[in-house]
Amino acid sequence: MKHKPFFWFVLPSALAMLLFIFFPIVSVLVQSVHVDHEQVIKTVETCDLFGCKESTTVDQGATAALRAERPLGQFAGLTTYADINHLAINKVGENWQQSNSWREFGSQMLNLPFYKAIGFTLTFTFIVTPLVIIFGFIIAVAVNAAVQKIRGPLIFFSLLPMMITPLVGALILFWMVDARGIIGATLQYLAGDPDLSVKASTPLTWIMLMVYGVWHAAPFAFIVYYAGLQSVNQDTLEAARVDGANRWLQIRHVIIPHLLPLTTFIALMQLMDNFRVFEPIVSFSAEAHATSLSWAIFNDLGGETRQLSSAAATSVLTIIGVAILLSPVLVRTWREFDRK
Amino acid sequence: MFLKRVALASALAITAGTAYAGCEISGNVSIVGNEFPAIHTVANGAGTCNGGEVKANLTADHQKINVDGMSGNPAEYTSAIIANSSLVALMNEDVVRPLNDLVAEYGQDIPRNQLITIDGNIMAVAFMANAQTLAYRKDVLAEIGVDVPSTYEEVLEAAEKIRAAGISKYPVGGAYAAGWNLAQEFTNMYIGHSGEFYKPGTAEVSINNAQGVAALNMMKALTEYMNPDFLTHDSNATGAEMEAGNVILMNMWGSRMGNLMDAEGAEEQVYSNITVGAPLTVGGGSTPASTLWWDGWTVAKNVSDEDAVATFLAMKHGTSPAILNDETMGQAVWMIEGYTPAPVNDGVFAAIAAGTTSYPMLPYHGLLHTALGNNLADFLLGKESAEQALADAEAAYTAAAKEKGFLN
Repeated sequence: MKHKPFFWFVLPSALAMLLFIFFPIVSVLVQSVHVDHEQVIKTVETCDLFGCKESTTVDQGATAALRAERPLGQFAGLTTYADINHLAINKVGENWQQSNSWREFGSQMLNLPFYKAIGFTLTFTFIVTPLVIIFGFIIAVAVNAAVQKIRGPLIFFSLLPMMITPLVGALILFWMVDARGIIGATLQYLAGDPDLSVKASTPLTWIMLMVYGVWHAAPFAFIVYYAGLQSVNQDTLEAARVDGANRWLQIRHVIIPHLLPLTTFIALMQLMDNFRVFEPIVSFSAEAHATSLSWAIFNDLGGETRQLSSAAATSVLTIIGVAILLSPVLVRTWREFDRK
Repeated sequence: MFLKRVALASALAITAGTAYAGCEISGNVSIVGNEFPAIHTVANGAGTCNGGEVKANLTADHQKINVDGMSGNPAEYTSAIIANSSLVALMNEDVVRPLNDLVAEYGQDIPRNQLITIDGNIMAVAFMANAQTLAYRKDVLAEIGVDVPSTYEEVLEAAEKIRAAGISKYPVGGAYAAGWNLAQEFTNMYIGHSGEFYKPGTAEVSINNAQGVAALNMMKALTEYMNPDFLTHDSNATGAEMEAGNVILMNMWGSRMGNLMDAEGAEEQVYSNITVGAPLTVGGGSTPASTLWWDGWTVAKNVSDEDAVATFLAMKHGTSPAILNDETMGQAVWMIEGYTPAPVNDGVFAAIAAGTTSYPMLPYHGLLHTALGNNLADFLLGKESAEQALADAEAAYTAAAKEKGFLN
């Protein structure tokens, strides 16, 4: 394409991206390097229904001028990033110095909110993503092999988990794994332990969250693979059959290579989605056992006093995390493009 | 059923309102507030005023929208219905109007103690009180021959007997869900141990002390008698456990006792025996391990004087004796003339009589509440010591308070 038509062609989407992606990110960046003005606290008498007592309040008059002059707050550089609720740089150094073993260092790190969140987020991402791809592929091949007549209903049922609102889907599973729910009670019976509770155990909660993650996302991989299966070259398949390839060999040498580019696509989408894991933690009330970066942002904004700078810093760290996670795939795509 | 009841309540409120006295306003009113029956009653009461438009946006997410909705000029909401903890968030952003002049001109008849006064400025008008107190099954306590517990130590003894008698394996309940609820339970227990949250007159936190550890240890001892899923149980879930007959003793909100004692959601044997008691003390202290709460209304700062006056009059009318009738009477512990308490409200009155502390109304306390909610679960799960959990909460709070400008 010539340069000029190309320019006009991409202009609308470039403008939209600038407006809806680039500017918000810049604003988050700016927010994350600012903190609130120093608040002037004064001791006052507070009276309520139950009597009077001494307490403190913010002297609004003293900070009003400062606020009007610099509404963003005071510039803080990277201090919010370095504090204990984020990268905790000082604390990490301290732990490194003091700990006697890797194990001790690890457990100290997981006690820091950010590393606890990233620990779960990465585990979730790297376990759920491959499982989604594998299950999606198996379901797609199985549905594709089914008789034409029942394929429609099969596809519909396979897609159901994706159609259900994540919060609702998670709540359904939450009640099923309750100690008195069908799955919870079955697990107690199987383990022979009447006190077993999935919700009370950290490892079991992690497994439950990941099972939910796979259940919810597998239909996405399935539908992409199923579409890919429709375009498999029938001649090649027939040639393989003539050469004596059984069903497994056909899948291994014809179908999988054909679907490989789709796998890159699904992996990319799933890495991004799973890194932002959030809904199941809320629906499962799992925050005592597992937190994620998105949950940390939600928590900062959901309190009675909103911590905008803290949330902004976590958001920027999430963006950096996604960029690092996707970089191998992006580099590969770029190289392929370059070769052409 | 619920909707029907609300509709009925509002219909009654409207007829009662018009019958009582005319409420004439010359301006527009827009209310934002939490969503439960008592707040609906107030908003409906305000809605009976003539002469201006009265709108209400009542939602459980009110805290997420009230600051933004009142920051503009003119503000979207002319009044926010808030509790003692959430008034601070509005004051920190300087979006509520001191009501001294309006009270002087239009509100001389409002009882003094309902005026929430900070540094001489009237910032809100309270209309109902709330507190967490004991709820228990009197039949079960009679069966095991135990008096109604007045301390948490007695709760533990009773729980052991109930378990030993095979009546319930997990007889103790409590809203221990990680997050806001857990922090609230710690706040109760820490106050019960006479703990101070801050170094006097400063925003510097000091909870990692003997009282803090004792509070956490008592919480842990209680959780031994709770359903193992306690970290996922909020007030609703704990209430359901009691209605299911599993929980015999628990610390519960006064505003939720009505749900436990009504005929819905439980067998007769259970609901007819659920009784409301006084708040519990702990560790030999005399201050109950509970906090007093009030709900009240405010007027936004960034609205015209005309709308401010209209809002004041409408809200005053919405919390006047006109809204009280058979349906609304039991919805809350109303701070309104003509209110007659029902047995369901005994706990809150007992809490007031026992000198329970009100929930700290400090500009930075919301940050500490969040930090506590995020860091105490590790101790209850047995992953770390009480001291470590408290130190983590202190560190998280300090970082947040620095970000908000309360500490340097």
